[in-house]
Amino acid sequence: MTETIVVTSGKGGVGKTTTSASLATGLAMQGKKVAVIDFDVGLRNLDLIMGCERRVVYDFVNVIHQEATLKQSLIRDKRHDNLYVLAASQTRDKEALTQDGVGRVLDELKTDGFDYIVCDSPAGIEKGAFLAMYFADRALVVVNPEVSSVRDSDRILGLLSSKTRHAENGKGGVPAHLLLTRYNPERVSSGQMLSIGDVEEVLGLPVLGVIPEHDSVLSASNQGVPVILDATSNAGQAYVDAIARLLGEERPMRFTEAAKKGLFKRMFGS
Amino acid sequence: MGILDFLRTRPKNTASIAKERLRIIVSQERSSRNTPDYLPMLRTELLAVIRKYVHVDLDAINIQVERDGEHEVLELSVALPEHKPGATG
Repeated sequence: MTETIVVTSGKGGVGKTTTSASLATGLAMQGKKVAVIDFDVGLRNLDLIMGCERRVVYDFVNVIHQEATLKQSLIRDKRHDNLYVLAASQTRDKEALTQDGVGRVLDELKTDGFDYIVCDSPAGIEKGAFLAMYFADRALVVVNPEVSSVRDSDRILGLLSSKTRHAENGKGGVPAHLLLTRYNPERVSSGQMLSIGDVEEVLGLPVLGVIPEHDSVLSASNQGVPVILDATSNAGQAYVDAIARLLGEERPMRFTEAAKKGLFKRMFGS
Repeated sequence: MGILDFLRTRPKNTASIAKERLRIIVSQERSSRNTPDYLPMLRTELLAVIRKYVHVDLDAINIQVERDGEHEVLELSVALPEHKPGATG
């Protein structure tokens, strides 16, 4: 049984690709056979975040247009044998993706016995984003505690509940989870940033996981290593927790409270 | 610097402003989500017709599509300005 999970957000730069890379890697660490697909045709970046940019020979669009086989195009991860990356095409425009074509590739991955297919959506609500979510069984909506991201997420939640195969088949909307990223507990406690509760209240959905804003995210992407592999990083550990919850485990939230500052620290800075 | 930070009054709570603004815009966008695309155009054209007779603002026209069982009902309400005695048109 294959589960297709879309990682989407509407707004750009909120952490979709970072999340897709860590989600796919985290699932692979649990022994699942995973494929992660970059739907951002023309602006591919998942290959960089996964650290396989120099091994891309064929891409998603080549498979759709039958210029290469799926087997030739899947890039096996250096660190996990059961994890594969399908890169987006860098040269074609977004119209190169077709609904039938995407459906065929996903079906072939299902036949090949993949447990999970992670679809890394481009920003926006155009064709690439639409096709990334269309076939999904579940959605991970990445949201930052910031007005434009929250508003765009609500728009995406609306599309997940109407413009997907799940919805068209009368099964209701695609079940969606919120992943709150770039969270800064200090700024929340000083009233400068929307809290977990604020975001949940506005969007009417519980937050599955909270990824703290942390330097380790940038250094992970600098090196092409998904941040979930950095065991010393708060962000990495928060991804481990979020994925465990996605798989049905109950785990308390971590890294969501501001560190208590003593009087000395408050007076003389940290 | 640290001492100044400590003595300075607490910054304004902008998160609560953000939340309030989001609550309003999100609920407004949700209610218009599954409505036909022609509604904004219809509203503008209706306004043009109404303005031939009464001067009203765009805000005065409220159009909603509601589901009532099997039917969709287009509900239109126009708030007319208060009647001023002696005013014409």
